[in-house]
Amino acid sequence: MNRDTRIAWINRLILPLLNIFTAFAVTAVVFWLIDVNPIEAAQVLLYGAFGYEEGIGYTIYYTTNFIFTGLAVAIAFHAGLFNIGGEGQAYVGGLGAGLAILMLDPSLGAWVFIPASIIGALLFGGLWALIPAYLQAYRGSHIVITTIMFNFLAASLMVYLMVHVLRETGQMTPQSELFPTNAWMPFVHDVAAGFGYSIEASPLNLSVILALVCAVLVWFFLWQTRWGYAIRATGKNGSAAVYSGIKPKRIIIIAMCISGALAGLVSINELVGYQHRLIMDFHLGYGFGGIAVALMGRKHPVGIIMAALLFGILYQGGAELAFEMSGVSRDIVVVMQGLVILFCGALEYMYRPWLIRRLAPVKPQAAWAAEVSA
Amino acid sequence: MTDNYAIELTDIDKRFGAVHANNNVCLQVKRGNIHGIVGENGAGKSTLMSILYGFYQADAGQIKVLGQAYTFTDSHQAIAAGIGMVHQHFMLVENFTVLENVILGSEGGALLANGMGAARKELTRLGDEYGLKVDLDATIDTLSVGLQQRVEILKALYKGAKILILDEPTGVLTPQETDELFRIFDALKQQGVTIMLITHKLREIMSITDQVSVMRAGQMVAHTDTKDTSREQLAELMVGRKVLLQVNKKPANVRAPLMKVKRLTVKDSQGIERIKDISFELRAGEVLGVAGVSGNGQTQLLEALSGIVKMESGSVEILGFNMDAKNPLAPDKLRQLGLAHVPEDRHRMGLITDFSASESALLGYHTDPKINSGIWLSHKKVEANCNSLMSAFDVRPADPRLKSANFSGGNQQKLILAREMERNPDVLLIGQPTRGVDIGAIEFIHQRIIDMRDAGKAVLLVSVELDEIMSVSDRIIVLCDGEITGRIDASDADEQTLGMMMANALDPIDPLQTMDDQQAFLKQAATQERQL
Repeated sequence: MNRDTRIAWINRLILPLLNIFTAFAVTAVVFWLIDVNPIEAAQVLLYGAFGYEEGIGYTIYYTTNFIFTGLAVAIAFHAGLFNIGGEGQAYVGGLGAGLAILMLDPSLGAWVFIPASIIGALLFGGLWALIPAYLQAYRGSHIVITTIMFNFLAASLMVYLMVHVLRETGQMTPQSELFPTNAWMPFVHDVAAGFGYSIEASPLNLSVILALVCAVLVWFFLWQTRWGYAIRATGKNGSAAVYSGIKPKRIIIIAMCISGALAGLVSINELVGYQHRLIMDFHLGYGFGGIAVALMGRKHPVGIIMAALLFGILYQGGAELAFEMSGVSRDIVVVMQGLVILFCGALEYMYRPWLIRRLAPVKPQAAWAAEVSA
Repeated sequence: MTDNYAIELTDIDKRFGAVHANNNVCLQVKRGNIHGIVGENGAGKSTLMSILYGFYQADAGQIKVLGQAYTFTDSHQAIAAGIGMVHQHFMLVENFTVLENVILGSEGGALLANGMGAARKELTRLGDEYGLKVDLDATIDTLSVGLQQRVEILKALYKGAKILILDEPTGVLTPQETDELFRIFDALKQQGVTIMLITHKLREIMSITDQVSVMRAGQMVAHTDTKDTSREQLAELMVGRKVLLQVNKKPANVRAPLMKVKRLTVKDSQGIERIKDISFELRAGEVLGVAGVSGNGQTQLLEALSGIVKMESGSVEILGFNMDAKNPLAPDKLRQLGLAHVPEDRHRMGLITDFSASESALLGYHTDPKINSGIWLSHKKVEANCNSLMSAFDVRPADPRLKSANFSGGNQQKLILAREMERNPDVLLIGQPTRGVDIGAIEFIHQRIIDMRDAGKAVLLVSVELDEIMSVSDRIIVLCDGEITGRIDASDADEQTLGMMMANALDPIDPLQTMDDQQAFLKQAATQERQL
């Protein structure tokens, strides 16, 4: 195995696994400190995530959200942009999906509602990312600052709209009226029932298929089209991209709009697939979780799906843990997720120099050797 | 007997995995001599010097410095043993004074005043002794490159160096500054300092060194007194076969101009004028060389002509199309018109080191319909394209999937040249085609440039290597501080005249002067040279 392949394997497999292992090890220590048996906790967590059909349904349902936001963050990363506005884009995407459904005639069929809600989510999520993208490309405002500010703007905007405009008449809860049943994304257990299989009911709906389709499309777009080439070239080496005639400003706009649109699709899973109405704060945590998912998944759709699954497990298993074990509160679950994000995101490369020294030592003149042997 | 040697390296062996970077290398450097070390990129020179300076530890072998055996584990120990290194890229703090830079790292206590006083005295003494005069209170960014280099040498001497290692010291100097540096070497030598000169410029080796050692593929292949050898012999030893140092070329068959640059002014990102009101023509069938010390506007000229940066004023007529400040042409448009550009810095611009060779070979051409079918960028065609480029320019290893970063400098450069030349452009802009490229590949690259010219293409060659400019070009213009300070036929050019032009020591010429006036100008230059 040559050094390149070794480094690729270190980056793709060994490093993420080692990071997760460290996060779990530290979590175990935390559990031990608060007098919770870590092994027992791990058993409860895994049972919660995989032990029964409803649990599995929830795990995949959460995973779906993380696939959307993970892909969103990754595509921006490939263009060299750090989109931390996934939260806001998902939230506003929900507005788009909700408006599309609420404004259409309730008697229309699912084949109108579902595509319309998807387009609404894509459009609103994308537009919410377009403004920071424009500011970055043409006004030089840093995308990290603007996207995080846009998360707050989105939250305020949605509170206003939910309380004053979209609230169901005669209700105190800030939520819209129920979507017509034709507009619901079908539940997997319903679809299975239609084929004669009986599965326990869970929020898992067909949005998971949409997420997988998006993963394939993102892969195709980034690695199999000239636009993907331009995005990756810009992200890897901006000067070389300019030299080649690629216009970085255009790339910023395109990459951010796609990124925002993908984040907006969280609302399809959450609102169109499960809640069936526009509610507040359905998006919380997924935008930021997407950053960790994208980093841990090495910005590649396959890695993102696996990392999203891990976060799905943590969400569902963590909920089970808080429910089942008396010593574990909801906060400890958040600590656990935080540790995974810390070790897989912020401390992503902590082990890398050591691993590379160990497993793929430097050969500065490798190219020369190749030349001589050629 | 041992004491006659400043440095004795015995059986130094160093492996990096499968690569044998230094294979039983022995080297003896006589005290008080100037010793040259030559070799191609990747021959093991840098590894050897890094071992000597304590960056790497040898797997086997002994190091003796001034008769005493050492095992260095870091560079502080090497400095303490009396070794000083002047790197190719200076390690100076730009907005510190010379004095502050020299005492950096050896301030001598918490309060600067004491250390500064002592250092000032010592530096004045060193300056007098070795003829290294520098204003100690000038800040570095006000000094010329030659003077900055002098500060580096002072720094090494101040830290007690008895042996100076200089890595490619003349790369950034004008010929006159180089002469000045060599005078300093002589003064240092008189005072008993030993100098090791690492360079690829054989001309310099011949003119200044007492002994020379040649490395090839990790081994020392020759040690000889400089007076007993020749450039041709050294080149042959370096490459392992006969090398043509002179480019074979027929007289140019010059035709109509393909590019007319009129009163071009270009500013950099800080708003400083880097190209000031220059005009010239580039004609089909010729190579126009742009000489000059690096950083005198060459980069901005190339970037403006290739559409990467906007011009401030003036106009460029290229292949019948006009571009000026108001009507810029983007790099991709220019490429479609038939302009190709080999950028000066292949890592910054020429390729994407993280991409595979096949993707780097696509840079600038990724929208080509031949490679795209509908929305699909065909990897098969991308790789086929890369394969054909690699075989046309003998890029090794010929593996389109290998990461661009893992090719040697020469092969990266060949890949870029292949990408830009194989599309048969009418106008070719080339920046530093052979920077960091080994001798064998240089010969090949020069021949390809001449082939383009003979095929009736117009070539603009920007290089800081005067040898290259003189042997490849047909006409030469010289840039100094963004202005054209000299125009000359390559057949009339010599290092001395070009050097004067590069330092703008000849009378300034009218920027609008066209090539028709060149004869008059040449006469003037010749008279001046005679007077000198």
